[in-house]
Amino acid sequence: MTRLSPDRDDLLVRGRNIGVRDGNTWRVRHVDISVSRGEIVTLLGPNGSGKSTIAKVISGILAADEGEMERRPGLTLGYAPQKFNIDWTFPLTPRRLLCLTRSHSAGEIRDALEMVDAAHLLDAPVQHLSGGEFQRVSLARAMISTPDLLVLDEPVQGVDFAGQSALYQLIGKVRDNIGCGVLLISHDLHVVMAQTDKVVCLNGHVCCSGTPADMMNNRQFAEMFGPDPSHTLAIYHHQHDHAHGPDGTILAPDSSAATKAAGKANSDAG
Amino acid sequence: MLDDFVVRALVAGIGLAGVAGPLGCFLVWRRMAYFGDSMAHAALLGIALSLLTGINLLAGVFGAAVLVALALLFLQRNRTLSSDVLLGILSHATLATGLVLLALMPDVRIDLLGFLFGDILAVSRFDIFLVYGLGAAILGTLILMWRPLLAATLDRDLAAAEGLNPDRSNLVLLLLLAIMVALAMKLVGVLLITSLLIIPAATARRLSVSPEQMALLAALSGMLAVSGGVLGSLTWDIPTGPAIVVSALMLFLFSLLLRQRGTERPERKLP
Repeated sequence: MTRLSPDRDDLLVRGRNIGVRDGNTWRVRHVDISVSRGEIVTLLGPNGSGKSTIAKVISGILAADEGEMERRPGLTLGYAPQKFNIDWTFPLTPRRLLCLTRSHSAGEIRDALEMVDAAHLLDAPVQHLSGGEFQRVSLARAMISTPDLLVLDEPVQGVDFAGQSALYQLIGKVRDNIGCGVLLISHDLHVVMAQTDKVVCLNGHVCCSGTPADMMNNRQFAEMFGPDPSHTLAIYHHQHDHAHGPDGTILAPDSSAATKAAGKANSDAG
Repeated sequence: MLDDFVVRALVAGIGLAGVAGPLGCFLVWRRMAYFGDSMAHAALLGIALSLLTGINLLAGVFGAAVLVALALLFLQRNRTLSSDVLLGILSHATLATGLVLLALMPDVRIDLLGFLFGDILAVSRFDIFLVYGLGAAILGTLILMWRPLLAATLDRDLAAAEGLNPDRSNLVLLLLLAIMVALAMKLVGVLLITSLLIIPAATARRLSVSPEQMALLAALSGMLAVSGGVLGSLTWDIPTGPAIVVSALMLFLFSLLLRQRGTERPERKLP
């Protein structure tokens, strides 16, 4: 892993031509991705598209089999996993969970929980928290040590629409408060956080990337997303120039139509 | 004072329980009860091998336990068989192989029952020295690595992402367990080691609101169980190892009567 020089812009991490192998097949390949300070990057793609794999490479959990990963020296990272598997036998409260990887004062813990609107859950057993409550506590845990980079794996999973909007708002607030970079993973292909600076759409490789277009003038969407959603949600227009086969192989723009036609011709002949 | 075999048994047993409690909590949290069992059963193979090769008994048992644990971790990664099947195969295969090897050595006369069920009343001064020496090393390591161990137990990826090296933590936990198995073998026997790890931890769970509290209470309840078991075995002339386990079980049953802490939800404040 090369080190990014600290004076070069605000770049926190950068991966170039990243590939991860799963036995003999590539799970994901040729991925260029970077996150800068204060930037929110949304990584999205369908299940099995390799978005979690890329997030793990960026977080240093997994080593890339190909490509180059650069990282700002001394980079601190806050990580919120998609799902905690906390056994019932593990006595744990948010108060203790927030000190899992580093110790913090009672005041810091209270502030962090207050920021995510979960101060009342301070001493509640985590096994009793609802999906949304737990996601908020998990966000508080990831950001309490004011890391340079927040990696959030599907932070709104299992949360209802209004809750998702609130959570996105919170993530934006956290970014503004501590000025960190945020890498957000989502399997929702159409709705992304409005403050997202960059969207990277993945399906075994980078299908497309860019800024989310603002489609929030649409009244119907506004009604669906609750009060004033335009600040929290946006529609992302995909600009794919190709299609994927069922196994994820890339089909060239017109080859999919061609193969279909060929298949049809064959079956007609038979 | 250590001249009395009862005092020696109590001192050694209490020392062992003090280490087994916190270590056992990790087995419970990680749902590794049967994993610990397999390591303990491998101890008998370790005994047979050390008698064959002439290496130190404690080292042989430790080595066998580590080998079985590593084999399990390796096989689990291949995912051809589910881990409960693998545990069942390795656990009983090592126990049986150990028994067969011991039977094939006609010159060796060993107290098989002593290894299977332990003989805490035969504990020597040197054993006490070992229990407290190695026990202190285990506890010291647990305390030093408490944070990474807890983080790795809760979520491997999170621990890795935030720089706490979960693979190292898992290896350390495995080595500590192997030392524990080797230590506990003489006192409670191969078949009962896991109970000393699991039951006090389960007892402590009902009374704890934090992992630290649970570890502490597990140690205390284990010490109480050992004391009750040793005294009970003297009073009613029953085998000591099983008596300790039964006494631990009674403490666990008693804990069920108490109100469980750390699981009640705070009242929702209505506007």
